[in-house]
Amino acid sequence: MIRNLAQPALVLLAQMALTLALAPLLPGIVNKVKALFAGRLGPPVLQLYYDLAKLMRKGAVFSRTTTGVFLAGPAVSVAVPFTAALLIPMGSATAPVSFAGDAVVLAYLFGVARFFVVLAALDTGSAFEGMGAAREVTFAVLAEPALFMGLATLARLSGEPSMAPMLTAAGQGWRAASGPLALVLTAWVIVFLVENCRIPFDDPNTHLELTMIHEVMVLDHSGPPLAAVLYGASLKLWVLGALVVKLCLPLRGAWWIDWPAFLGGMALLACAVGVLESIMARLRMRRVSQALIAAVVSGTFGFLLLLLA
Amino acid sequence: MLQSLYFSALLLATLSGVPGLAWPARGGRAASWMLAGSALCALGLAGSVLYGGLAWQAELRWALPGAHFLFRGDPIGTFILVPATLVPAILSFYAEGYWSDGTHADTAPTLRLFFGISVGCMVLLTAAANAVLFLFGWEIMAILAFLMVTTSDQDAAVRDAGWIYLVASHTGALMLFAGFALLALGTGTGFDLGPVRAGFASTPAGTAAFLLLLGGFLLKAGVGPLHVWLPGAHAAAPSHVSALLSGLMLKMGILGILRIIAWTPDPPLWWAGLLTGLGAASGIMSMAFALGQKDLKRLLAYSSIENVSVIALGLGLALAGKTLGLPALVLLGGTGALFHLLNHALLKPLLFMGAGSVMHATGTRDLERLGGLARAMPRTAFLFLAGSFGICALPPLNGFAGEWLIYLGAFRGIQPQGWVWSVVTLASLAVIGALTVACFTRAYGIVFLGEPRKDLGAPAHESPRSMTGTMAVLAGICLFIGLFPAALAPALQAAARDLGPGLPSLGSLASLGSLSLVAVIGIPMGLAVWQAIRRGPSTRAVTWDCGYAAPTARIQYTASSFSRMLTDAFRWLLLPIERIPRIQGLFPREARFQSQAPDTLLDRGLNPAASFVASVLSWLRFLQAGHLPIYLLYVVLTLVALFAWTLK
Repeated sequence: MIRNLAQPALVLLAQMALTLALAPLLPGIVNKVKALFAGRLGPPVLQLYYDLAKLMRKGAVFSRTTTGVFLAGPAVSVAVPFTAALLIPMGSATAPVSFAGDAVVLAYLFGVARFFVVLAALDTGSAFEGMGAAREVTFAVLAEPALFMGLATLARLSGEPSMAPMLTAAGQGWRAASGPLALVLTAWVIVFLVENCRIPFDDPNTHLELTMIHEVMVLDHSGPPLAAVLYGASLKLWVLGALVVKLCLPLRGAWWIDWPAFLGGMALLACAVGVLESIMARLRMRRVSQALIAAVVSGTFGFLLLLLA
Repeated sequence: MLQSLYFSALLLATLSGVPGLAWPARGGRAASWMLAGSALCALGLAGSVLYGGLAWQAELRWALPGAHFLFRGDPIGTFILVPATLVPAILSFYAEGYWSDGTHADTAPTLRLFFGISVGCMVLLTAAANAVLFLFGWEIMAILAFLMVTTSDQDAAVRDAGWIYLVASHTGALMLFAGFALLALGTGTGFDLGPVRAGFASTPAGTAAFLLLLGGFLLKAGVGPLHVWLPGAHAAAPSHVSALLSGLMLKMGILGILRIIAWTPDPPLWWAGLLTGLGAASGIMSMAFALGQKDLKRLLAYSSIENVSVIALGLGLALAGKTLGLPALVLLGGTGALFHLLNHALLKPLLFMGAGSVMHATGTRDLERLGGLARAMPRTAFLFLAGSFGICALPPLNGFAGEWLIYLGAFRGIQPQGWVWSVVTLASLAVIGALTVACFTRAYGIVFLGEPRKDLGAPAHESPRSMTGTMAVLAGICLFIGLFPAALAPALQAAARDLGPGLPSLGSLASLGSLSLVAVIGIPMGLAVWQAIRRGPSTRAVTWDCGYAAPTARIQYTASSFSRMLTDAFRWLLLPIERIPRIQGLFPREARFQSQAPDTLLDRGLNPAASFVASVLSWLRFLQAGHLPIYLLYVVLTLVALFAWTLK
């Protein structure tokens, strides 16, 4: 009994610890790559850890307009990606929590975060934050079907509507179904970049431009709530990044190969994001929805291609 | 025993308004307790039928051709009976504060009477197993709903809405009359309702019966494009009546469709295609309209259309599964539809009660005038938030669990034969889900958060405990179901049993308990983070609005600006009426931009068409001279013509 439970418990603990500890590393890597690309030295890779520690020690400033909902935004934006992280198999074949239909739970958990972050933005009564909130909910309308068409393709491939078998089947199916999987990967990379407010869809480094989405929504947070927002964003980057990485990563079956491969993949993904952000400009607002429609179409084609094969 | 429970529920609900006629002072309380008693009976019945596996049947004679009082307690009907009595009881307690004898002395007693009888009609419909009996209950329910919608009939908009409702519900009833008559060809038991023989569904009579019955039931359920009566009627009625209409009466249409699925052993595949297509189109359409609304109650009404569309998607999956021989699809689609039906029956009344509370406090339901109510009405705000969260079908509230079953069905249906329905369901559910989040963050954020927008005359105040307390009870039930959805699994399994043969067990396909597990991880985590960031020193300041020295409520995002990008994308459908001022000169005068989104189908399609038909037919009016002898002459002439025709 104990031996049977030992391995899942170990996976659970490893995954929880690695997610919580390593997620803030990703934005550090992205920024370092961007700095190197621009010929600067850049902030240290661990900068976000320092920022979080500093913010947690500071006091917060709250707007007189806000209510309790204002704090629910940051709280949920940490809790949701953390919960979602437990549904995704990272280094091994199984996820700590895995059941038929967990893919839907995963997608809807991010809906929970969106719901509260948008409300927290509206809670300030600021026109800028309202603008960001409106954009956030608008782009989600196209991001959701893109994500789900990818999930449908993987469910068809694996025969199981659960993240762990779906991602495992995807990692091993590249030889047989490379076309559909490449299309799904395209769709999911676009969703990954949009949902994490990355260039070319959004710019995580500027706050005041009228064209921003996520950053303008969290404009009024300060102190510990801002720390939660930043940490939550890095967790989200980690979780959605894990989806993309696991989609491409075949599973060897030995933990001392799979875990380093996964972590290496995540680091590589962060580098790729850094390179992409360095060589591309941000798209115009109108183009964002066009790119998302491309993602939906790509996912749908992936599904149809798999069906015909 | 079970029969007496059922008839007690029926009688208690039907007669609940009667004591109030004699003793107006005590009428409200008496009606509430009688409805509560009716709900208790229904719960007992549901325990025996759904969890205990018992069944019952009752028959009484009635001197009407083709008709007798035949009642049958099938699991589907019993499943719907529970919210159909429980929610009205809660609404009745709410109405004691919201529409009390003190504030509405002229209408409260009659409204209570109509409310009780229409609940009684719904109880009747859940077990009526004879077409004449069914239509009897159906018609009385429709007429009472008309009387309740037109409670505030001094308002012209209310009279209009009531009129459209009456026309629509009678169109639907006519279709049902014809549909049941044709169905009798298939059942072979006269007007007693029951399974039709194999092969009937594909005959012309079967097709016609299906289309007529589907039309009648969908008209009641409000699935687009048959929804035209719904937004107006829901907005016009008092809030607890809107809650009854939207939460429960719409579901009587769904009950009918569920029964058709259960009765047909071999539905053709295009039935599934029709329901899936209607569900997908109407779900997306209704959310586009909801995003264009400025009236809080109309917005909630359009959201009801969205929810019945989701249910229709589940039913479409079940039908596809039945035709293609995929029992997993029948089970997941059917139970998903039933679960979502229950969830909507709990959540939408909660939201309508919240809207009623807002109107009670401010006297308006115009989103452009409301704002920042959360500080004046913290309890209402919190409960409306719970309702909004639930209706967005987000975990861990109950709304998610039902949609999750439909999603799971769609994922299971991705097989070579049935993938079209599954993929349409998946993609449209994803779009509908995201649109719903947009719609309800807009509704909640604009009404309750930010700064108050315009001076409403008096400062808003919290509603009495009788209103917020009843809302809390509903929210509590929603939270319980959301956290422990597995508790409903046996009932869902039992209710789905009639939908098709050889269904697998729900537990083997969908572990509802796993949803609790996710909640167990996520909720404490969220609370822990919330605690951690709440502590520590904090100061209060003005919202930092990019350097404005004195931000006012006027620069706040409005409901229209929030949904502008989405309503622009749906411009071709919404066809908004806009007045855009042209700004001229160096010192332009004050300018005002206005836009509104009418119901395209009603205002651009049906109303002009109806006026056209009326004007064309007006030349026939000379036949109606208004003299009795002339009419008698018509009768005689007709009879003579008929005789001549038969003699031929």
